Amino acid sequence: MTMHVDLPEETIAGVLAKAFGNRSFLIGLAITLLIVTVALVSFVWTPYDVTRLVIADKTQAPSWAHWFGTDHFGRDILSMIMVGARNSIAVALVAVGIGMGIGVPLGALAAARGGLADEALMRVNDVVFAFPALLSAIMITAIFGPGAVNAIIAIGIFNIPVFARVARAGALAIWPREFILAARAAGKGMTRISIEHILPNIATLLLVQGTIQFALGILAEAGLSYVGLGAQPPMPSWGRMLFDAQTRMVIAPWMAIFPGMAIVITVLGLNLLGDGIADILDPKSRRRR
Amino acid sequence: MSLLEIENLSLTIGATPILKGVELTVLPGEVVGLVGESGSGKSMTALTIMQLLPHLARAEGRVTFDGIDILGATEDQMCALRGDDIGMVFQEPMTALNPVKTIGEQVAEGIRWHTKAGRAEAEDRARKILDRVGLPEAKFPLSRYPHELSGGQRQRVVIAIACALKPKLLIADEPTTALDVVLQAQILDLLRDLVRENRMGLLLISHDLAVVTEMADRLTILRRGEVTEAGDTARTLSEQQHPYTRELALASMHLPARPKPHLAGSAKPLLEVEGVGRDYRGRRKSLLRPAQPIRAVDNVSLTIEPAQSVALVGRSGCGKSTLARMILALDKPTGGTIRFRGEAITGKAEAELKPARRDMQAVFQDPYGSFDPRQKVEKLVAEPLHLLEKQPTQAERREMVAHALDEVGLGPRDMDKYPHEFSGGQRQRLSIARAIITRPKLVVADEPVSALDVSIRAQILDLFAELNQKLGIAYLFITHDLTVARAMADEVLVMHEGKIVERGRTADVLNHPSSEAAQALVAAAPDLHRAIARRMQEQG
Repeated sequence: MTMHVDLPEETIAGVLAKAFGNRSFLIGLAITLLIVTVALVSFVWTPYDVTRLVIADKTQAPSWAHWFGTDHFGRDILSMIMVGARNSIAVALVAVGIGMGIGVPLGALAAARGGLADEALMRVNDVVFAFPALLSAIMITAIFGPGAVNAIIAIGIFNIPVFARVARAGALAIWPREFILAARAAGKGMTRISIEHILPNIATLLLVQGTIQFALGILAEAGLSYVGLGAQPPMPSWGRMLFDAQTRMVIAPWMAIFPGMAIVITVLGLNLLGDGIADILDPKSRRRR
Repeated sequence: MSLLEIENLSLTIGATPILKGVELTVLPGEVVGLVGESGSGKSMTALTIMQLLPHLARAEGRVTFDGIDILGATEDQMCALRGDDIGMVFQEPMTALNPVKTIGEQVAEGIRWHTKAGRAEAEDRARKILDRVGLPEAKFPLSRYPHELSGGQRQRVVIAIACALKPKLLIADEPTTALDVVLQAQILDLLRDLVRENRMGLLLISHDLAVVTEMADRLTILRRGEVTEAGDTARTLSEQQHPYTRELALASMHLPARPKPHLAGSAKPLLEVEGVGRDYRGRRKSLLRPAQPIRAVDNVSLTIEPAQSVALVGRSGCGKSTLARMILALDKPTGGTIRFRGEAITGKAEAELKPARRDMQAVFQDPYGSFDPRQKVEKLVAEPLHLLEKQPTQAERREMVAHALDEVGLGPRDMDKYPHEFSGGQRQRLSIARAIITRPKLVVADEPVSALDVSIRAQILDLFAELNQKLGIAYLFITHDLTVARAMADEVLVMHEGKIVERGRTADVLNHPSSEAAQALVAAAPDLHRAIARRMQEQG
């Protein structure tokens, strides 16, 4: 007589059905897809060339020719946002990849080994965690010079402890379970159990954390570009556009409004997506819509 | 006037009918047993009374508690009732407590909430009730966290929380299922006393007919959401008018057939455990003194012969699971040696253990927890195959898995299912299939049937017996349940506080226990025959 909360694992069809009933997932997905599409389209086509300066057209208000207006060099804001999306997504995505790629194995190792190894790994983690991304970015920039790649590395390093913690916490909850004991009785080693049993069971956790970190990565990239440590001109980036706009807020508010909105909408979309995924994959939250 | 009255209660969750026309009454000071197997709707009946039903559940009928119409009550009214006038003891002591709060806080919480008592007063009352349920402050200070307690101790905390405010009705959902028999007897005594003292009504939900018979004045038997039989406990069980009642009673007393009993001393030992001990690091009591280690297993020696079935019985926390893990080489002994087929397995590296592991497999207690929910049966059952010298091909693997499934009474089609698609009993069969796929010589089974319904449990015991007869597998059953030992074992070892205190042939030990620990176990073990006889006697 057990009324175990071990709810049925989801079938793919079941997950899809739930996904289509989840509003925040759908909205988040739509926004994310829109941004990604815009970024991809920018590779082949933008309304104007973002590298060409047309001083005659500078700080024009939004019009049919320039939907989002132009900046102080006469560049089309819409085109810059499109190209900037590419930059933001690439930086955030690679940074999440670095964080996951290094953080998850570290966290899994800490959980599997326990004891001194766990303690040492997690304390090093804490030190990195305590270090603001901006600071490490400045440090890296001081050594290697500013640029998108260094921004990626800085944000990526900042992501490592986040994933290490989530992976460790998730793994620690799985390790004492009996199926792990059964796997050990079957002679499987630590690494093999981690890969075969632990990772699949914490994958949803990591996926949700991944979307959140992706959104944070976009924000961090904007922040770094804003202080001039991200992508360098002429490569447009949302943070840099905001920086350029700040002294012209009164005469050309569209220069700030549109990149700002791009950042807000993207982050919002990713957060909604993350929330939605968490809801869909968590059997306990199925009544929340 | 009855305290709780359930009339024609029907419950559906979504489109699935859960309960159909359930009738039940509890009078003040009365113990009513609600008996049934998994999925019969026992817990749902309890949750309906508490109005803690899952979303999408629709209840119809009437549930009246102390004059209040429960089904029509608002959430605020229910909040005032829950934990105050109606207490509930859940079945899973591991999850019923908040892991980040101390036990003192958790007991005091309800007291403060319902009585508006101050912190000090609430803590004082918490201290008293914890002392009452057998957790005296000297040994279990209020500042303990749930994870520092054993399962049995946690359940005591849960009972303390439920009984702290002397509720009018206590709903106990499998309150002793996770406890060993001695603790079970103590908890049942405690519940009985509380009922008597406070004229509390007790709705005791259990799958264990013996427990209910010992406790309940009246009982209601549920099957698939319907009441099959209800009435006076002694009469219902002695007359057994409904076939299902008879079925349950028979399954509770089932003994599997083992036509070829093992003859001791016939071969050289399969497993030899010599002077094995295991210390855990203890808590530091003072900054200056080093921590005293906790001795979980203390100088234990035992032998198991091929095809012999040995039961290691003892109360929870006596070290039997630790010993089992050391035998399975999942934990390292602090001292002593363990030899399997004459070869020492202690102190060996994982790679060197492969041959031993192949011949020594395990079946665990929890049929829900012992499978990775994300893998299919084929992969799960085939897991030990990687111990083989020569790795089988994909086709051979499937063949072997199919064969193992067949041996435990499952079909080859089950291979492509996920564990959640199976019932508890079927999962335990899967567990056994996984254990026998490498054709081991020894299977260590840690409480293999204690999470199962009586009828399923009888089937699983039969399966164990059959595999022992057919494949000559030796068993080490780790259990606190003497009926398992009686049903399955040639020999019984009684373990108490890390030591083996008695060893002998099953019938000798269980019928004439000589050590104090064994006597306590035997005396506390619920027995359906005895319970019915006593009930009949009480009523004349």
